[in-house]
Amino acid sequence: MDKANTPEMQMATMPSVDLVSEREAAKKPVLETRNLGINFGGLMAVNGFNMTIDRTEIAGLIGPNGAGKTTCFNLLTKVYQPTDGTILLDGRDTSNMTTVQINKAGIARTFQNIRLFSNLSVEDNVKLGMHNHINYGMWNGILRLPAYWKGEKQAHDKAMELLSIFDMESLAGKRAGSLPYGAQRRLEIVRALATKPLLLLLDEPAAGMNPSETAELMENIVKIRDTFNIAIMLIEHDMNLVMGICEKITVLNFGKIIAKGTPSEIRNNPQVIEAYLGKKREG
Amino acid sequence: MTFLSFLISGLSLGSVYAIIALGYTMVYGIAKMLNFAHGDVIMVGAYVTFFATTRGNLPPVVGVLLAMVVCTVLGVVIERLAYKPLRAATSLAVLITAIGVSYFLQNAALLLWGSNPKAFTSVVGNGSLKLFDGQLTISVIAIVTIVACIVIMAALTWFTGKTKMGKAMRACSEDKGAAQLMGINVNFTISVTFAIGSALAAIAGVLLCSAYPTLMPTTGSMPGIKAFTAAVLGGIGSIPGAMIGGILLGIIEIFGKGYISTQLSDAIVFSVLILTLLVKPTGLLGKQINEKV
Amino acid sequence: MITMKKTTRNNIYTYAFVIVSFIIVQLLINSGNISSSLQGQLVPICAYVILAISLNLTVGILGELSLGHAGFMSVGAFAGVVACISLESIIPITLLRLIVSLIVGALFAGIAGFLIGIPVLRLKGDYLAIVTLAFGEIIKNIINILYVGKDKDGLHFSFLTDSSALNLAEGGRVIIDGPLGITGIPKLSTFTMGFALILITLFIVLNLIDSRSGRAIMALRDNRIAAESVGIHVTKYKLMAFVTSAALAGAAGTLFAMNYSTIIASKFGFNTSILILVFVVLGGLGNIRGSIIAATVLTILPEMLRQFNSYRMLLYAIVLIIIMLATNNDEFKARLRALRERLLPSNHRAGKGGAEDGQS
Repeated sequence: MDKANTPEMQMATMPSVDLVSEREAAKKPVLETRNLGINFGGLMAVNGFNMTIDRTEIAGLIGPNGAGKTTCFNLLTKVYQPTDGTILLDGRDTSNMTTVQINKAGIARTFQNIRLFSNLSVEDNVKLGMHNHINYGMWNGILRLPAYWKGEKQAHDKAMELLSIFDMESLAGKRAGSLPYGAQRRLEIVRALATKPLLLLLDEPAAGMNPSETAELMENIVKIRDTFNIAIMLIEHDMNLVMGICEKITVLNFGKIIAKGTPSEIRNNPQVIEAYLGKKREG
Repeated sequence: MTFLSFLISGLSLGSVYAIIALGYTMVYGIAKMLNFAHGDVIMVGAYVTFFATTRGNLPPVVGVLLAMVVCTVLGVVIERLAYKPLRAATSLAVLITAIGVSYFLQNAALLLWGSNPKAFTSVVGNGSLKLFDGQLTISVIAIVTIVACIVIMAALTWFTGKTKMGKAMRACSEDKGAAQLMGINVNFTISVTFAIGSALAAIAGVLLCSAYPTLMPTTGSMPGIKAFTAAVLGGIGSIPGAMIGGILLGIIEIFGKGYISTQLSDAIVFSVLILTLLVKPTGLLGKQINEKV
Repeated sequence: MITMKKTTRNNIYTYAFVIVSFIIVQLLINSGNISSSLQGQLVPICAYVILAISLNLTVGILGELSLGHAGFMSVGAFAGVVACISLESIIPITLLRLIVSLIVGALFAGIAGFLIGIPVLRLKGDYLAIVTLAFGEIIKNIINILYVGKDKDGLHFSFLTDSSALNLAEGGRVIIDGPLGITGIPKLSTFTMGFALILITLFIVLNLIDSRSGRAIMALRDNRIAAESVGIHVTKYKLMAFVTSAALAGAAGTLFAMNYSTIIASKFGFNTSILILVFVVLGGLGNIRGSIIAATVLTILPEMLRQFNSYRMLLYAIVLIIIMLATNNDEFKARLRALRERLLPSNHRAGKGGAEDGQS
């Protein structure tokens, strides 16, 4: 029997409006910066920063020390207010947003110098990442109404699920400040993921890691991207990691972009080499 | 004329606050602690001078010098015994310890000298200057106080700017570790800071009680708090800030008492502080320290 | 078998401690085994316990130093007593009137906390501390110039004048008489009420800490920048902690005031704020049970030191300094331990360790 042309089948095979707009949305970059810059009393710490990041892209931001990479992260998350340019997050202009609003809108980050809630447990750190996704207020908490119990159970389950990405469930009750360095870095990533971001900014996630830890981290970053379908931008000095997983790399020096491209393009770019190693001496 | 009279009183009281505030701000700058007991060192200085001039029958100048010596020793001893062991502790822990020292000084004074207010005799007499056909009276105490403040301020500015110890103090305020690596004896520098601050406290105590002659174990407490407020107003850690803060506070207090209400003068003073901090959160001359993210 | 979270178990111990203490004291009272001076201290102890717990919420949980806590106590005390006296004819049942007064005290103190919190909580560290101190003194000053009276037409208010400016009708009464404060307070506070209020305070504070809001508050303490980066609204949660702390202090103030026949504003000044802060620090920042113990012990201590008479406050100060040194300086702690060993030699084996620790 020819089922293909029954009205039902035709309905089923016709692309729904939602599917169409979803595909359209998938083409729109999750982040776009136009001429982004900040002026610190005459010094342009970041100048003319143009970049786009696609929906599920893993992007790298590299450059010598002091180039302005973390400053860019601070601009994107409004820790610093840009003096020039615009940032479009998921198409929305973020000019009037505060750090808190930016996170609610979809950007999460980790920090160069780890910023955990050191006196709280590992699990509580993750639950704080989920703060805006657990729905009960102060009075529900104080009076222990049903919404509290439901919210806490959901939070606990979800926190454990997130911790399992890095096999950290057994550390849930430990004080965050007591964890070894590598575990603290991983916890920061889990906490950032808990905020359900569209874009995850990782600031030197492999700092202080040995090669095998770094290799594991590389696998995990890709796994995170694939599981959560988010975009990731990372600042890194470890070239193996950057070249290994980044699809697009932006190179910064003295606050300006000096190169953009795929890993192989960047690897052979003479300006990039010069920025890192200095000018080649003649003779 | 009342305006000018209030102004002089304000400048005089403000000078006392400024001298006390200098002690707070220098100690805060170098040890990053709020020396709660500073106000009570003032009280001790006043008592020493009182007993030196009355029981000991010593001339006032000697009385003042004796007070300075006693307070200097007291300040250094307190620092060595109670604050130095806590250099690595949280600032709250040091604050509570300083509170303990303050309680100690007040209660020791209570035990030694009783709670009855002593009538302090001014160290510079009670003479006054009459200007504008006798319409304006300026007390000698006020003049001496203001002059003392200016002299101390100038001396301190020269000291911190030009002398080796002064530079050492500034270095320790910026970065103790680096200062130590440069060969500066940090412990000694901190002791010197406390010594100077305590000596100034003695002077302040004598000047304060010369103008407001009731002396009790609790006499130093409120001026201490107000002087600390002055230091914060001017920008904690800043020496010129302490001076400006102190003078401003004194003037506002006297004008508040004179033109608005004696009952509300403290509220007025504190309100000015709050308003200033809302506009300039680190005080008038304070430095904005930006946290690295 | 019910598996309990560690915090829940800890909290139950705290409740148990308070309840058992109450029972023991009640037994002592009923059997006449308690000195009258100590019995007179019971309500103040309850008030100080609540003040310490509430201040710990601000200093230990939120992580902001507040030097003006007595100001909120004062607002609660005066507002609560005014309510109590005003409602004398409307609510004759004393227990109910006490409860209403406590609520009024908490409410006014909470409002004060909100109004003060908004400008204050923007400041950092030491600056915030000095401003809270300033507000505490301002509150003291304002109450000193406040005149409140009641007559058949209701409440009358006046500032900076004197009680005659209230223009009270026949049969009216001055409640707050400027710097003279309030006299003729109905002494409605009881130890049982104090105990109940402690339990309520514990319920609110412990439940708040162990909830989503509590976590947010503690996140602000541990790392404000990280808290913002995960979308936590800084001012909202700072205010939440600060206002709750103020309201509880207000209730404590009302309880405290109605234990005496007279109160004046200068009793609730900077010295009281410092007193409570000492309780909190000695009991341990963030340690609620510690606050209860410290507040109780340190309030009773001057009484117990009575035998030393004039030396007792001096001793108190020395004990305070020694405790601070011992808890913050390892060398000092070691020297104290050595001293204690020499003075009171115990039967400890020299050199514990080895086989016993080998199992870990």
